[in-house]
Amino acid sequence: MELRYDFANMSAPTTEGARFQPASDQSLLIYFGQRITLEAHQHVMRLLRLLEAEPVDGIRNLHPAYCSLLIKFDALKLGHGDVEAILRHYLDRLEAVRLPEPRQVKIPVCYGGECGPDLNDVAALLAMTPSQVIELHTSATYEVYFLGFVPGFAYLGELPPALVTPRLATPRRRVPAGSVGIAGSQTGVYPVATPGGWRLLGRTPIQMFRANRSAMSLLSIGDRVRFTPVTQAQFAALEEA
Amino acid sequence: MSQIQVQAPGLLTTVQDLGREGFGLMGVSASGAADPIALRLGNRLVGNADGTAGLEMTLLGGTFLLPQGAVVALAGSDFTANLDGVPVELWTSVKISPGQKLSLGHTRSGSRCYLCVQGGVAVDPFLGSASTHVLSRLGGFEGRALRKGDVLNTGPAGGPFRKRKLAQWAREALAPRKILRVTPGPQTGWFPASSQQLFYTCTYRVAEESNRMGLRLEGPPIPARSGGEMITEGVSLGAIQVPDGGLPIILFVEQQTTGGYPKIANVISADLPSVGQLRPRDEVRFELVGWDAARGLLREQEELLASKELILG
Repeated sequence: MELRYDFANMSAPTTEGARFQPASDQSLLIYFGQRITLEAHQHVMRLLRLLEAEPVDGIRNLHPAYCSLLIKFDALKLGHGDVEAILRHYLDRLEAVRLPEPRQVKIPVCYGGECGPDLNDVAALLAMTPSQVIELHTSATYEVYFLGFVPGFAYLGELPPALVTPRLATPRRRVPAGSVGIAGSQTGVYPVATPGGWRLLGRTPIQMFRANRSAMSLLSIGDRVRFTPVTQAQFAALEEA
Repeated sequence: MSQIQVQAPGLLTTVQDLGREGFGLMGVSASGAADPIALRLGNRLVGNADGTAGLEMTLLGGTFLLPQGAVVALAGSDFTANLDGVPVELWTSVKISPGQKLSLGHTRSGSRCYLCVQGGVAVDPFLGSASTHVLSRLGGFEGRALRKGDVLNTGPAGGPFRKRKLAQWAREALAPRKILRVTPGPQTGWFPASSQQLFYTCTYRVAEESNRMGLRLEGPPIPARSGGEMITEGVSLGAIQVPDGGLPIILFVEQQTTGGYPKIANVISADLPSVGQLRPRDEVRFELVGWDAARGLLREQEELLASKELILG
């Protein structure tokens, strides 16, 4: 079997394993492996950074995810083969791309009660107390893997293994904006009220996405996030501010 | 500048242009007109640039009073429009005198009709586009569908009124399709041959709970192979994703930007405007084409839209 990885040289990982897959007649997916790893995600971020620094004429949109990047292009100008050929040159240069120091972002969360209607169920499911769940959820630093689903929704990972919980069997029709949920090994904050199947531990008074703010989305890909517990009174005060 | 006063909003009337492309990093999908060809042609009929903002109406149109008058055109599906009681022809520029009332009713054909006005509908752009994103309440007029009593401004109107009409051959050539052509999806291989055969031979019905985010289909379920673990990835416009129940969903203009369900196929770019004209309970079928064919069909469509004989007058 072919040896894909040189373990002595993991800090400069190879992109030989990158796989291209047409998604539609105007989009191409590039996969860096088939597992959620920080290494695969580093590739995604490096390629993004390179494409932002040196945009390709005819590439219209970029949708990063855990270990893939969807590239939307102008199908009147380019075909999959053209885009792949251009991207191969970018991939050759990925190792030289330097990523900025991650931003550290703290998000205040009021856990349990009305704010976190699933906290008690999650605790029961995991055979812990609600305060143990809160302690675990606030103990980890999470990486923003990407924003997706709706404007400003950040996919954060990884949850401490003890908190891994399946999503709700029946999604809620309406999850309030600011709700902090968990699903599988992910956690995240709903920026707007939407339907959703994640289990809700709490809610933040911080607006995750605001059209009239210069940085519209509070979080960007690559940021590091920690949740800090606040009381109901602090939540109300922050919400008014 | 003149005004459009909304006397009745219709079922779901929003400000739309050709959308905001390029903000996938923030999780913002492009939105924009569900039938962009209709919007582009409607704009041409009143002398606007293709991407000028107009009003997109859904299934049931609104009633609009134009106190200063305007030059308008209706494009897309036939919503039985009248101007102070006199029927208004689709795909034709119309001069509205000050104080006249334009009323639209129920659709007699597809799902969407566009009201294009000379000078365009003026709203503050969000990320470079006037398009409303209904779910996230962004863009358009206050980020929402129009309500009774809303007053919209139009942009500066250029030039005198000219009678323009879309050529009959173009209406036929650009008529919405009920057989949607698709290319394979990124997870086509996850579906056993039996599921794929069902998908391409059966007729599906558009479910009531369909909207600009996605069209849910009813018909034979097409389960993917069990045991596959799908990692959330970027999803493209027109992707046909198949959740656990096996009933396909076509992701549409206000789509989620990423998703974790396997995609069996993807509607080709040239047929996306037809998706925008599908109504609940409409029947639809799928036909597989290759990548080159899909690009060729898009090129042909753009060539047709660039034709000098398209608009008469």
